[in-house]
Amino acid sequence: MVQFHTYDTVIVGAGGAGMRAALEAGQRSRTAVLTKLYPTRSHTGAAQGGMCAALANVEEDNWEWHTFDTVKGGDYLVDQDAAEVMCREAIDAVLDLEKMGLPFDRTPEGRIDQRRFGGHTRNHGEAAVRRSCFAADRTGHLILQTLFQQCVKHGIEFYNEFYVLDLLLNGGRTAGVVAYELATGELHVFQAKSVLFATGGFGKVFKVTSNAHTLTGDGMGIVFRRGIPLEDMEFYQFHPTGIWKMGILLTEGARGEGGILRNSDGERFMERYAPTLKDLAPRDLVSRAIYTEIRAGRGCGSARDHVYLDLTHLPPEQLDAKLPDITEFARTYLGIEPYTDPIPIQPTAHYAMGGIPTDIDARVLRNSTEVVPGLFAAGEVACVSVHGANRLGTNSLLDINVFGRRGGLAAAAHANSQVHHVELPDDPAGQVEALLQRLRDGGGQENVAAIRTALQETMDAHASVYRTDATLRQAEADIRALQVRYEKVGVSDRGQRYNTELLEAVELGFLLDLAQVLVVSALARHESRGGHFREDFPTRDDVHFMRHTMAYREGTDVRLDHKPVVQTRYQPSERTY
Amino acid sequence: MTLVTLKIRRYDPELSEDAFWQSFEVPVESGDRLLDALHHVKWYLDGSLTFRRSCAHGVCGSDAMRVNGVNRLACKVLIKDLGDEITVEPLKGLPTMKDLLVDMEPFFDAFRAVKPFLMTSGNAPTRERLQSAEDRARFDDTTKCIMCAACTTACPIFWNDDQYFGPQAIVMAHRFIFDSRDEGAEERLEILNDKEGVWRCRTTFNCTDACPRGIEVTKAIQEVKRALIFHHT
Repeated sequence: MVQFHTYDTVIVGAGGAGMRAALEAGQRSRTAVLTKLYPTRSHTGAAQGGMCAALANVEEDNWEWHTFDTVKGGDYLVDQDAAEVMCREAIDAVLDLEKMGLPFDRTPEGRIDQRRFGGHTRNHGEAAVRRSCFAADRTGHLILQTLFQQCVKHGIEFYNEFYVLDLLLNGGRTAGVVAYELATGELHVFQAKSVLFATGGFGKVFKVTSNAHTLTGDGMGIVFRRGIPLEDMEFYQFHPTGIWKMGILLTEGARGEGGILRNSDGERFMERYAPTLKDLAPRDLVSRAIYTEIRAGRGCGSARDHVYLDLTHLPPEQLDAKLPDITEFARTYLGIEPYTDPIPIQPTAHYAMGGIPTDIDARVLRNSTEVVPGLFAAGEVACVSVHGANRLGTNSLLDINVFGRRGGLAAAAHANSQVHHVELPDDPAGQVEALLQRLRDGGGQENVAAIRTALQETMDAHASVYRTDATLRQAEADIRALQVRYEKVGVSDRGQRYNTELLEAVELGFLLDLAQVLVVSALARHESRGGHFREDFPTRDDVHFMRHTMAYREGTDVRLDHKPVVQTRYQPSERTY
Repeated sequence: MTLVTLKIRRYDPELSEDAFWQSFEVPVESGDRLLDALHHVKWYLDGSLTFRRSCAHGVCGSDAMRVNGVNRLACKVLIKDLGDEITVEPLKGLPTMKDLLVDMEPFFDAFRAVKPFLMTSGNAPTRERLQSAEDRARFDDTTKCIMCAACTTACPIFWNDDQYFGPQAIVMAHRFIFDSRDEGAEERLEILNDKEGVWRCRTTFNCTDACPRGIEVTKAIQEVKRALIFHHT
């Protein structure tokens, strides 16, 4: 039994970007939000350190400096027109959240307080600037809560635990989506004039990751299977300070508050890699520096496989007030007291700079120039591109608010400009029915968890911070073999009700597809830029590679094309900090 | 690597109306969370075991359950602190849908009923509303809530009276009643003055013990009671 629904706008995902979009679209068009979780379970809630905006509440700042930092931080692969929009609108984005009730930390004058964050500088790199607006170390949690509260206030309609599995197009125009209802196992077709994907990232392709179990790249996987390209997927960010082995995020705000990274000699090694910004250099530089130290034998512990985040010189009152959550993580998961002992950390897979290509109104591109009418994407799932080759800390919370808002407005405007819905294709739920049937009846000679673990291990070993042609080819071959094994997975739970085993099997399919896109894109980029570092091509090559990668699905292969980078006022220059 | 026994309350109405206990032997490493052990069961022993989870480090609120008789987040409690035989049940007081997964709708209904959003009047200022650091600190504790339902489903009043708003809804009301920017305190207090409101609380402190975020839930409820009696927030 397939059920049918009709809306003007359907938003897929109820994290920060999805709910920010819903607040705009829901007040202008008949809107439904479909989420595979409950709204407040999204990983926006795990973001800690803050959201940058040049409010200049505590020291001189302006959005043009913020734009420059974003462009330089992204190693000049940022589309500068988009970065200008984001950094200019950042100020209102923060003020809007405050007016919605977000309890930011305050200055003695009662204004929104601001602190330092990696790569954010005064006057084009002179020194670190206090730009991040924050609420202790749970800024993302409070953004998520505040947006959900506003959705409740405005009566936004949610379909909770509805897992969207397909995008319906007809003649290249958006017709709707197909969702699987977890509670009943029923399929639902949502016909809509506008569809906005806000499903987040795909960090679960890696083993050591800060990402939630549910971050399996569903939105990217769905549109990719429908012929829409994915942009710049080789650029994946590793956050320098994940809890050793577990990957749990310890905010960059810890270094913003004065925390220091130390190697086994106790040395503050970042002084050698980034003399000006030191521990507050951008994440790609710091993560590489950590692995360089470990490779040189200066890692800590008996296996010499991690370094320390040292907060012991900071007053306990400051840790309690500004970093209560992350210090508690250290106590809970490591049994370490951060007042007196340094915390073992290692880089952790954190954020996809790439994703579904969009313009600055979140409209999805079908190629380098044309949009798909009625289709939108915002947040980590999208690539605007405001993050280029490396995202600056705090700019993701900014991205979801600025482009979530713009996307919601654009989606509603599109829906309201269309008299009729695009006709649904024949047998709209057919593809999803076939996919689920195959997984139910796969026989189960192969185990989903075993394949997923093997995928994560090869990605960690061969496609993470350091890459070479040989390691990437190994990863590509491993992924191919795992895709073959995936054909033989099956689920043992035969029920219709809350079949989360079936859900995990579907998610693994998306992870395998996206890992392949990442690796194929990385193989072709014979240079090092931002989060993509090739030991066999260790320098940036603007002559050949100042361009976005556009990856298309072609049968079981990935075909690569390119898109020019938009440069307005900043010319590429050497990236030092 | 050591072995522990997970004794899990199973229920799947598609198969049987009766719930039952099932034990699994699970290999664990030092530092493993209960969630890791549950995943081991689901991934390698019985794929039908059903529970919610997402972030795996205590911030998303998905995986609250009853562990050795008390409410915990499966991702925020370590196996080594739970003994060799660990009982795991769904939260009490909300309908069990399958295994450890409960119906959250009654919980969210109570949350929505207290008008959990900033209420203001007049034109919004151009810049931010000003708020002193002290005023901001006044409601800091209750901003930590992750809506996991551990408090509400630990409350013996709630177990016997599902019309009671429960601790979480009152925590959420507290977060706004004591926010100097908010003007909806009267409205919320009136809602909570209902016979199913704050007066149902008998200060058992189960909620405070259960909160994985360390919120002083019982204290927050008493502050709301006091605000009702003395009319100041």
